[in-house]
Amino acid sequence: MHVTASHLYLTELIGLVVYDLRGRRIGKLQDAAVLPAMDPARVDRFLVGSSGGWTWLSIRHDQVASISLDGIRLRDEVLTPYHADEYMLRLVRDLLDQQIIDAQDRKVVRVTDVTFLIRDGRELAVQEVDIGLRAVFRRLFQGVFPPKWIRKLQSPISVNSIRWEYSNILEEDPQRRLRLNISTKLLEKMHPADLADIVEELGPDDRGALFEAMEPETAAGALTELEPDVQASILENLEAERAADILEEMAPDEAAAALSEVEEETSAEILEEMEAAPMTEVRELLEFDEGTAGRLMSTQYSAVPVGLTVGDALELLRNEDSMEESNLLFVVDSAGRLDGAIPLARLLGRPLTTPLSELSLDTLIQGTADMDEAQVIELFDKYNLLCLPVVDEEGMLLGAVMAHEVISLLREQGR
Amino acid sequence: MIRSIRHHLLVFFSVIGPGFITAVVDNDAGGIFTYSQAGARYGYLPLWTLMPITLLLIVTQEMCSRMGAVTEKGLSDLIREEFGLRTTFLMLAALVAANLMNVMANFAGVASSLELFGVSRYLSVPVAVAAVWLLIVKGTYASVEKVFLFACALYVCYIVSGVLVKPDWKEAALYSVKPVLLFEPGYLQMLIGMVGTSVAPWMQFYLQAAIVEKGVTAKDYAESRIEVIVGCVVMSAIASFIIVACAGAIWSVKPQDIADATDAAKGLKPFGDWAFTLFCAGLLNASFFAACILPLSTAYTVCEGLGFESGVNRSFKEAPIFYWLFTGLIIVGGGVILIPGFPLVKMILFSQVINGVLLPFVLIFMIQLVNKERVMHDWRNNAAYNLVAWTAVVLMIGLTLALVALTVRGVFA
Repeated sequence: MHVTASHLYLTELIGLVVYDLRGRRIGKLQDAAVLPAMDPARVDRFLVGSSGGWTWLSIRHDQVASISLDGIRLRDEVLTPYHADEYMLRLVRDLLDQQIIDAQDRKVVRVTDVTFLIRDGRELAVQEVDIGLRAVFRRLFQGVFPPKWIRKLQSPISVNSIRWEYSNILEEDPQRRLRLNISTKLLEKMHPADLADIVEELGPDDRGALFEAMEPETAAGALTELEPDVQASILENLEAERAADILEEMAPDEAAAALSEVEEETSAEILEEMEAAPMTEVRELLEFDEGTAGRLMSTQYSAVPVGLTVGDALELLRNEDSMEESNLLFVVDSAGRLDGAIPLARLLGRPLTTPLSELSLDTLIQGTADMDEAQVIELFDKYNLLCLPVVDEEGMLLGAVMAHEVISLLREQGR
Repeated sequence: MIRSIRHHLLVFFSVIGPGFITAVVDNDAGGIFTYSQAGARYGYLPLWTLMPITLLLIVTQEMCSRMGAVTEKGLSDLIREEFGLRTTFLMLAALVAANLMNVMANFAGVASSLELFGVSRYLSVPVAVAAVWLLIVKGTYASVEKVFLFACALYVCYIVSGVLVKPDWKEAALYSVKPVLLFEPGYLQMLIGMVGTSVAPWMQFYLQAAIVEKGVTAKDYAESRIEVIVGCVVMSAIASFIIVACAGAIWSVKPQDIADATDAAKGLKPFGDWAFTLFCAGLLNASFFAACILPLSTAYTVCEGLGFESGVNRSFKEAPIFYWLFTGLIIVGGGVILIPGFPLVKMILFSQVINGVLLPFVLIFMIQLVNKERVMHDWRNNAAYNLVAWTAVVLMIGLTLALVALTVRGVFA
């Protein structure tokens, strides 16, 4: 009897009998491997436990004549023994029961089974990773009932699977990751906050591996969104150089906040590895005590000298990208002392010749760097602020506290 | 120095919860009955067993919490990764069965403790079921934990009722440190029962999951370890007060067997309404508390191990299996109490058998996992600790299997 089906499950594939050219039984299939560097989905190797032999045999995909539920038939005589040190993604060993990231639904899932597409009756391509109850059912009764029964019995249970293209494999060993060509491209398209949620779900090992592998920019985005203690544990487990690369991509205040949770010795090492400019900024921010406005503030604000017109200001700001967070443009005197603040919205639709001084806020609300967090919150509440400039004792502009920092702070306190 | 002490205290209070709650819930309706029975029948003699029990408990709980902190994964997660799905499934199936019967036992505890105050079980059980469901489904982890910690504090009822009975403290102190072995079947059976009920499979899963949920990491593990130890000691202290109360109130009048925990409460009546009321309140609190934690922990463990969405912060639609399991456990667990003539005692004995059969597997998996380099890195057991751990595990397994044998014999006799 011949079963015609366009797909096959890993649970069905494992244990299939392999026959040679003359129809003699060689052994049973033990594992199947993908070589992502060659082809992301095609099953490249079939590993067969030969009857009576100690070692497994490794069968290349082009040595297979046909694959079906009835077994695997070969079309080549020359089979090589399998070496455990070969770089391949073995589906049973490396994928089954392990966690992967579902990049489409943005969550961490555990692999229960794998669905293959049968191409031309002789090639398998990984199509989906199965996670739901249906796959659990198949696993439990694999080898207990014949596959055809299992296929019938499982049909009322709904399918729950992830397309292979959206499955991001987690590989802890950097060498294997490189050789297997496992990329983190899928993650780089995600919103940093979503990525951070995923990272929080992972264990420290996978987390570390991910932060090793991601582009520093992506890693920095995700790190910014994480809870302080998770940030610290990630930074402490990374190589100092790698940690420095990531911190350089972060806003200095965020970098300082993350570093302040890290043990002193490690944080000194990381700072050592950072480039001079961001390092000095982070160092300066770390000078402020925890729980003060100095620690809360961002140093990414825009300031222009006194005495300009709207046109001058727009010209100056044309190439600034630090305006995204703040709603205020600060005006400073020649010594750097804060002189005034202008809501950015007021710049719109004014003649270019309007002097900036006409647009300034009547009352300038400002905080000092050593001001307590509680006072900062009070100011935000009292004056309905979106942004609070922070100055030192001499009135020099140091940075600005943004509303989103205050929201995070309040949420933390509410917990 | 002062700053560092303050820092440690702060961290300690921020990690308090999982270890403490797990150990204290161990004194659920079943545990209270076991200790009451021990005190009523043998007086102060069994007190010494609490010391080795505490040690055994500390060793197993410590390994679990360490695994949780280091891997940030639950126990069923780790078992699945290392031992495969089928093993995990069989284990979880046994766990669900045992826990369901434990849930029944605890709803029975709610019913019988309130019946002593004249509240019908047809009122108390449905209310308790609804209360458990609402608390868990509508609460957040942090708020639920606060409720649980408050419930832990209510165990002080037992301490007060123990004091009110005015037991013989000198004798209690003496027998707390003086091991007495009587070679009579009843005494041995009681000792085995005390040890066997003290470490249950669900505790290992719950503790590790709670440590992960709480976000304890390897870094603040030192404080977490202290918390686990303190929890185990507190659990023993409560158990000793239960034994002492029953020894003072029942055994000193006439050594006798009791049928359930409410019998013990009735025995306290001659020592004043307060002693009686507090003992009942303690039983109610413990039963309700366990009826919350057991179904919740079961649902978490199963979904985690089989890879289904879980967590009370997800909606019913997102995590259907989690919610159905949780809801099913409390409705069935509470519902059977209302069926007249339901063989509850048999069920509870049966759950002891399942627990006993399951425990060796869980403990052996644990000890293997905690020694895996790939899983634990530098946090594996060292040789000396392994010796202690294996001794504890073997002892625990032996005593649990002995309890199973006694139970099975008792059911068929």
